[in-house]
Amino acid sequence: MEIPQELSDHIDEVITHYPVSKRSAALPLLHLLQEHFGYLSDEAITWVAAKLGLEPINILELVTFYPMFRQSPAGKHHIRVCRTLSCAMGGAYPLLDTFCKHASIEKPPHGHNAHLLKSADGKYSIEFVECLASCGTAPVCMINDDFYEAVSEESVPELLKKYQ
Amino acid sequence: MPAIARTPHPRERRIIFKNIDREGWTPDIDCYLKDGGYEELKKALTMPPQDIVAEVKTSGLRGRGGAGFPCGAKWGFIRPGETKPIYLICNADESEPGTFKDRYIIHQDPHQLLEGMIISCFAVNARLAYIYIRGEFPLGAKILEQAIQEAKNHGFLGKNILGSGFDLEIYVHRGAGAYICGEETGMVESLEGKRPYPRIKPPYFPAALGLYMSPTIVNNVETLCNVKHIVKMGGAEYAKIGRPNNTGTRLLCVSGDVQRPGYFELETGGLTMGELIYDICGGLRPGRKLKAVIPGGSSAKVLRADERYKIKTKQPDGTTVEEEIGIDDIRIDFDSLAAVGSMAGSGGVIVMDDSRDMVWALNNINDFYAHESCGQCTPCREGSLWMSKITTRLLDGGGADGDTDILKSVADNIAGRTICAFGEACAWPTQSFIAKFPDEFLAYASKNGKSSSAEAAEHKSDDKPKASGTGH
Repeated sequence: MEIPQELSDHIDEVITHYPVSKRSAALPLLHLLQEHFGYLSDEAITWVAAKLGLEPINILELVTFYPMFRQSPAGKHHIRVCRTLSCAMGGAYPLLDTFCKHASIEKPPHGHNAHLLKSADGKYSIEFVECLASCGTAPVCMINDDFYEAVSEESVPELLKKYQ
Repeated sequence: MPAIARTPHPRERRIIFKNIDREGWTPDIDCYLKDGGYEELKKALTMPPQDIVAEVKTSGLRGRGGAGFPCGAKWGFIRPGETKPIYLICNADESEPGTFKDRYIIHQDPHQLLEGMIISCFAVNARLAYIYIRGEFPLGAKILEQAIQEAKNHGFLGKNILGSGFDLEIYVHRGAGAYICGEETGMVESLEGKRPYPRIKPPYFPAALGLYMSPTIVNNVETLCNVKHIVKMGGAEYAKIGRPNNTGTRLLCVSGDVQRPGYFELETGGLTMGELIYDICGGLRPGRKLKAVIPGGSSAKVLRADERYKIKTKQPDGTTVEEEIGIDDIRIDFDSLAAVGSMAGSGGVIVMDDSRDMVWALNNINDFYAHESCGQCTPCREGSLWMSKITTRLLDGGGADGDTDILKSVADNIAGRTICAFGEACAWPTQSFIAKFPDEFLAYASKNGKSSSAEAAEHKSDDKPKASGTGH
């Protein structure tokens, strides 16, 4: 696992935000490594543990608990559609299906449950997530770090074109 | 962030949201300073810290995160002459479904939050503070980090702030998608780099034993912003806004079946549910009637539109009068919503019209709580999942006689039997939906999936999500 110098410096700087306990830097470090590598490998988990003077289990238990961390790669572009009540009332379920259709993602029966669905070419992945805190502009979604409000099914093809 | 452009409604009183959607407003410090920003910090730094705490107590400010606990009292738990370091955490997890207010402060007016935070840290003598922001706000985290850097460059943060001798560092800490991190002791655990398992009480407040086993104040974004305005106008003047014991303004977030959903800042208790839904949010869609309202985030007990509520109101002469009111006449404040058996919670108002299937709606909520239970306490870990499985089964046409009783029994056995308030949060929806709409549940249980609601079929999905349990 190669950690570029710039990222390594960034990690060292982030650890200084927690002068009382390095362990507090676990979540920020996991975010940084997942942003860089796309997911958190066993090696990355072990690396973070060593960096913070912890056992790998102390880090693995975080990765398996917090929904945003993943142990396998997502698609090149990761789509999160909000599933919770106000968005569901605004049409989040058909919106998810429309995203899947246009992103060539095969949604198995009961696919709303799948943690991460990916297109065969690896270009897109999709996740039905809990409340994204924008219930007034339902339905909402995120593509990578970009946030979209009042997303109509018709707008999906246009939206996906931005993410090639 | 592409915010919905909207002008404030004439009935709004914008204090905290003064700069939200304001023309020409930008989140940088120059814009904030030009508008008189950080003047309250300068004022606060000339005050003895205990005087600021006293002003906040006088203001009657109640926490805006959900529980409505008096902020001054919380701060008062810090012992005078405390020798351990004191920490402050800003709860920017904004994770209660139906709530979307802090998002706009963070993205559009980060310096207001920082100013409120710095004043609050000075008041409680905290020298290290964190903004715990939900992981799903990556842009918000960047904006806050930028704002912190700007504040540092201007001497509002760091060593010897504005020559006062007070030192403070604030760091942004990103969560990673877990609702339970909004619970304050779960947040403390998460910030310590652990799973966010809420802590057993007592100690009842992190102010006694919090981050790194030190006294810690955890306040919501909106609460901390209010502190700036309390310093500006004085606690007594602030207390004149709103109603006794429900002071200040309240940010209300309205979503669901209204013509104009959105966020509104109103004097606490300054309007009724009917005024909010019909006057401010434009009423329901044409041809639709109000069916139900969840008034304070998804865990608040649901209110049925045609229900009559007996409430006791205190008269100016000290006597209490009992009156019967309908949903339209419920005043939106902490005490009134508690009096009708629900809560003001986090200010998230979810409106449902007569096209909504209540079993479907409860199932959506149950799925949420089953997904978000941290798994620490058996009644909640198992019960939230059972409730979600039962409502899913009802929707899928597999209902059985007695399902409604089982649901209620499961919910009753969670509430009050868990370490944290998540137990109540996940039990209250089931308890209230069944109590308020028993016919719909019984219909599913006996008719195997034929709802009386007109559009039930439309909402029903063949592939309902199955609750996935802890974390994933």
